[in-house]
Order: sequence, then C-alpha cells, then structure tokens
Amino acid sequence: MFGSPLGGNVARTTNYRVVIPFYAYGAIAFLAAAVLLLTSNGSFTGHWFQPHLLAITHLMALGWATMIILGASHQLVPVLIENDLYSDKLAYTSFALAAVGIPLLIYGFFVFNLGWPAQLGGSLMVGAVLAFVANIAISISKSKRENVHAVFVFTATIWLLLTVLFGLALLFNFTSSVFARNSLYYLTLHAHLGLIGWFLLLVLGVGSRLIPMFLISKYKAPRLLWWVFVLVNTALVLYGLFFLYHQATVLNYIPALLVLVALLLFAHYCRMAYVERIRKKVDDQMKVSLLAVALLVLPTLVLIALIATLAVTAGDHANLVLLYGFTIFFGWLTAIILGMTFKTLPFIVWNKVYRHRAALGKMPNPKDLFSHPVYKAMGITYLAGFVLFGAGILLQVVVLLQAGAVVMLAAAFLYNWNVMKLLTHKPFKK
Amino acid sequence: MSEEEEREMLTDKAIAGLKFVDDPEVGLNVVDLGLIYELELDMQEKQAKCLLTFTTEFCPMGESIQANVTESLKMTLPGFTPVVTVTFDPPWKQDMISDAGREFLGGY
Repeated sequence: MFGSPLGGNVARTTNYRVVIPFYAYGAIAFLAAAVLLLTSNGSFTGHWFQPHLLAITHLMALGWATMIILGASHQLVPVLIENDLYSDKLAYTSFALAAVGIPLLIYGFFVFNLGWPAQLGGSLMVGAVLAFVANIAISISKSKRENVHAVFVFTATIWLLLTVLFGLALLFNFTSSVFARNSLYYLTLHAHLGLIGWFLLLVLGVGSRLIPMFLISKYKAPRLLWWVFVLVNTALVLYGLFFLYHQATVLNYIPALLVLVALLLFAHYCRMAYVERIRKKVDDQMKVSLLAVALLVLPTLVLIALIATLAVTAGDHANLVLLYGFTIFFGWLTAIILGMTFKTLPFIVWNKVYRHRAALGKMPNPKDLFSHPVYKAMGITYLAGFVLFGAGILLQVVVLLQAGAVVMLAAAFLYNWNVMKLLTHKPFKK
Repeated sequence: MSEEEEREMLTDKAIAGLKFVDDPEVGLNVVDLGLIYELELDMQEKQAKCLLTFTTEFCPMGESIQANVTESLKMTLPGFTPVVTVTFDPPWKQDMISDAGREFLGGY
C-alpha cells in the first residue's frame, strides 16, 4: 500500500527546459503568421495554390500548431501514459531541427523557390518528427499501462510522420519526378493526412483526457472514445483509398460523414464531462477550449458544402477551399491552442519557479501568473478576427479580409504578451 | 496535558497548517481535496507520518505538493521529522473531496 518516502515514487515532471522553447517558438510563429495574413490578404481572393498561402499554411501548421503541440506533448504524454518521458536529448534534437527547418521551408514557399532551402528545411522537419516519434514510441513502450488516450497520441504521431515524409517527397517532386503526377495533384491528400491524422486525432486524444481533468469531472467513456478513434482512422484510410484508386468526388461524403459522426460523439463526451463536473466555475481558458470543440464542426460543414458544390457545378470554388483551410488553422486549431496554452504553460512555469520554494509563504497559483484582462481581450479580438476574415474569404470582400487580419494580428500580439509574461515570470516577493 | 491530548492538539495544528497547502491546479487545499489519507504522530520517535495521494498518478504538480506538505509539517510540528509517503492505493476519487471542498468548487 505504501510507496517510498519523499522523492521516491513521485513522478518526475518533464524538464521545463525541454518544453518552454516549443511554446516560445510557437507564439512567435503565430505572430509571424498573423503579420503574413495582413500583408498577403490579397492572396485570399484568388486560387488556393499560391506561394504566400502555402507559406502561411505551413507557418500555421508547423511553426504554430505543431510546435505548440510538440511542446505540450513532451509535458502531457507522461501524464497520459503515467511514465517518464524517455529522453530529453531527443526532445532538444526535435526542437533544434524543427526550429531551423521551418523558416527555411517557409522562405522557400514564400518566394516559391522549391530548391535547396525548402528541401533542406523539409528534410530537417522530417528529422525533427523522427526524433519526436522515437521519443514518444519508446516512452509508451516502457509504460506499464495502456489507455485509449496514449493510443490516440501514438497513432497521431505515426500519421504526422507519414505527412511530413509525403510532404518532403512532394517538395522533391517539384524539381524532379518522384510521382507520376505533379505535386499539386497530391496536395489535398498530404493536407488531410496532417489535418485528420495528426492534428485532429491528437487533439481528440489529449482533449479527452484534459477536459474532464480540468473540469474535475467524474465522466469516463473509454468505449465512446474507442469509437471516435476507429471512425477517424477509418475515414482517413477510406479517403486515401478513394483518392488513389477512385477519384469520384461524391464518395468523399463517406469519410466526411464518418469524421462528422466522430466529432459529434466527441462533442457529446465533452458535454457529459461538463455536466458531471464538480468544479462549477469554468475559467476563460476552458471556455475558449470548449468553443474550439464547437468550432470543429465548422470545417466539416464547409467540406460537405464543398463536396456538394463540386458535384453539381464546375470550377475550383477557391473561396470554399480557402474557407475550409482557414476554419481549421485559424479556427478550431488556433482556438484550442489559445485555450490550452494557458491551462498548461502556467503549470510548467509555476513548477520551474515555485517547486523548490516550499515553506516560503503563500504562493501564487499558476492561474495568477498571466494577465486575465489581456487573455479576455485576446479571446474577443480572436473571435472578431476569425469571423471578419472568414466572412471576407466567403464573400471575397477585401475590406473584410483587411479588417479581420488587423484584429487577428491584435489577438496574436495579446497572446504573445501573455506568453512572454509567463516565460519571464519571477518569484513573487513576500 | 496527557500524551494523548498533546497528540490530538498537535494533529489538529498540523491539519490546520496543511489547509494552507493548495493543489495549485484546483486551487483547493490538500486536506479538503482529500489528498491526505492519514496523519499519524509518533510521540516516542518524534515522527509525523503522513500518507498522501495525488489526483492523478502522474500529477505534474506531485513533487511540489509533496515538498509543500513536508515543509508545512516541519513548520507546524517543530521537533518532529516528517515522513511523507505517497500512495495511489486506493486511487483518489472526486468523492474524497470534503463538503467544504465541494462548496468551494461550487459542487452543490
């Protein structure tokens, strides 16, 4: 019954030095992406395949979302699998490779020079992901317990590896013939491997653990989560098969509907966790995170509308394609990061600053380490920017795009303000 | 004062002190959160034996909570050596939160 005394069987928290660089990098990448959104908003009224759009998309996908998720994963995977992270060195390697690789890749896309800078950047990113996958795989293999959340995370990392490997092959396909067709043809497959396999699966796996935990909810439904897991993976495999062997657009309804069912099940899971919570007061960070769950449905509905439109009318319907991407990267993905950053980073900083300051008097709680008025302002500007820019894409109105970009930039600035406030936090004086 | 009375008085004092040790995430003290399974004072050996748990087995705040519980016992019980042991048997459940804790969290 008894464990060992002080310092014995208590879990080692992942070293903050491993995690913090990912958060800092992600925050700056979000700001850079918001600047590009402002300076390149004219690109959102044309075709979806444009250098600046490729640059913004990859900056959001890799620099912002993936870097934050990699950072958070190094902290959260040990909580999910109830075991230590295997290696700090692999985590540092992953960060260093990605930190150098991402700007090279983005630069290549921005100036549409897909020669060595982009190819080197892409190769470094593959190296970063390999280091991450190895770290997570070994950590999970050493864990005594298996749970549905860990399976979500591990499967997501495998999809991430496939996504970046495929992306690198597409990059080389621009300058030499790797595939039978041009890279543009395969872009949607590459995008969905990343969006559904990596981002969606990981957010569902981690969110299904964190949301009840932060709400102090009794609700548990592993069977429901297994169904979500099977639906999402089946959808992705079917989509890949239809893409490669059967280009009939209408068949894509099947994976889209499977994902929609999975999202509705997950929304039900979150609702039940919310209903059965003990902590009645829900903080702003959790509200933004729960909003992100609702925002998950938006791109799915846009996708269904896009498939329907493509089935009955000719044309590329660029505005719907762009809206689909925007509602993912600047919609649910950004919303969940805006929410979860301030549920995870304050603890990491708190542990760094206060863990060895026991008995020095009443200490602040992690939630006291960032500015709540700034957080609220960030939430409002983010929502306003999202709605304005999204409307601008749909209606192809430049003034809405410009207004949305300005407000989104303000949200990115406020996010960075609070992140930097956290990262530079010094112990409160007695 | 008999030894038994002294033990009771010191135990109350230690528990009062532990009510200042919060779980940083929940913002509720470890006593009302139900994290203290046992607190036993050995008057002969001058040891304060505390059996502690966390809300989750790999709690990122665990090390800090354990250190704070130890420091709290040192401060409230001078002359005693705190022996803080962590257990997950039985695992913590929401039902272990005290009435006062539930009220704090708005649980009713």
